[in-house]
Amino acid sequence: MIDKNKDLIDQKLQDLNNDGVDRRGFLKCMAWAGTGLIWTMSGGIPTSRAFAKTNGKDAAKSGDFSFVQISDSHIGFNKPANPDVTATLQTAINKINAMPHKPDFIIHTGDLSQLSKPSEFDTLDQVLKGASAKQIYFVPGEHDMLTDNGEQYLQRYGKGTKGSGWYSFDQKGVHFVGLVNVANLKAGGMGSLGHEQLEWLEDDLKGRSASTPIVLFAHIPLWTIYQDWGWGTDDSEQALSYVKRFGSVTVLNGHIHQIMQKVEGKVSFHTAMSTAFPQPAPGTAPSAGPMKVPADQLQQVLGITDVNYLVSGRSLAVVDSPLAGSGSSASGSGSGSGGR
Amino acid sequence: MKRNSFWVASFTASVIIAIVLLVAGSPTVTANDQPSAANAEVKIDNFVFGPPTITVPVGATVTWTNKDDIPHTSVSTEGVFKSKVLDTDEKFSYTFTKAGTYSYYCTIHPKMTGKVVVQ
Repeated sequence: MIDKNKDLIDQKLQDLNNDGVDRRGFLKCMAWAGTGLIWTMSGGIPTSRAFAKTNGKDAAKSGDFSFVQISDSHIGFNKPANPDVTATLQTAINKINAMPHKPDFIIHTGDLSQLSKPSEFDTLDQVLKGASAKQIYFVPGEHDMLTDNGEQYLQRYGKGTKGSGWYSFDQKGVHFVGLVNVANLKAGGMGSLGHEQLEWLEDDLKGRSASTPIVLFAHIPLWTIYQDWGWGTDDSEQALSYVKRFGSVTVLNGHIHQIMQKVEGKVSFHTAMSTAFPQPAPGTAPSAGPMKVPADQLQQVLGITDVNYLVSGRSLAVVDSPLAGSGSSASGSGSGSGGR
Repeated sequence: MKRNSFWVASFTASVIIAIVLLVAGSPTVTANDQPSAANAEVKIDNFVFGPPTITVPVGATVTWTNKDDIPHTSVSTEGVFKSKVLDTDEKFSYTFTKAGTYSYYCTIHPKMTGKVVVQ
């Protein structure tokens, strides 16, 4: 047991050194199922602690809370990779509703719909109505901007947002920022935040104490995972420079329909599984499109992400779990001792 | 006598109507008669425009067909043409009336780029 811990710690440190995802290490982490470890960064060294017991009634420590990230529901998609994406989204919501600790809210990191059709958004809303967590935050994916530059998305989900749908909010001392990197995409480029949004972000973060945990969420990954497939954001470096001074930064993205993680200093990056269909690992297929798996395995490659904020560590622990089959994997970010 | 003239009249009328219809429908007819080099196809599949660069004569019509299982668009970088979102098997055509090089891309997956050279 202790040896396994050490192995995982070594691998995490290896990730920090390599500036990329250590695939074998990650897969080992995935197999480290069911124990639901929370990793927290304490003074830069990852430490783990069994998580199942600390939540539920125990974590009614005031200020502790959790939320769930879902992504890429692609309502309207109906090809062989998943002929019924509405059903798998429903499974995800059921799973969230069945969680022992109730999430404060849900964040959907985009590609709500497949073709930006009103009927698709309507179906999504129907399913989400059944979520016990009533507050849902959204950011659009490129599939939500298809017919009208995102007008419909903004009307339905963009109240109180600026520009193409960016905004921020606070929850129990954690500052959340929803960013849009799928508007006005330039030929040959990847995701893009744009000048106006970057200016807004800089201003939004100004004056906040460095001990405020920050969560950035956007559809396309804010770090370059695979340029050839557009899996990155051209101007994310500037955005990340604005959060560099904070003690705990968690970046939550979607778009790639698989889990990828990276830790860089105090910033922890994470992409979520889709609730609709998986996509191939970078470079392992001719293109990034929907990946067909045997029907009985589909629910194992779709999933949700549970994020737990622990006041004591000022840290966020990220736990992914598939819709079916054993398995969760965990990672975390945070400064450990707050307010340095 | 009357009958004969009736038949002649109606026959003439039919011929006239037929000619009018032929003339009215002529753009279609003419296009079908043109050599196929004037109509070109771009197949969209696996996040690629195939072929990425296509050369056509002035007046040619290029048709993009999406064979991918994900939607794509075909949009000129200079605002010359813009397809709606093309789901699987949907098509978009544009007729190039001026010579030039037309770069375009998929607005959903901007890494996908292509070029139409009209000469």
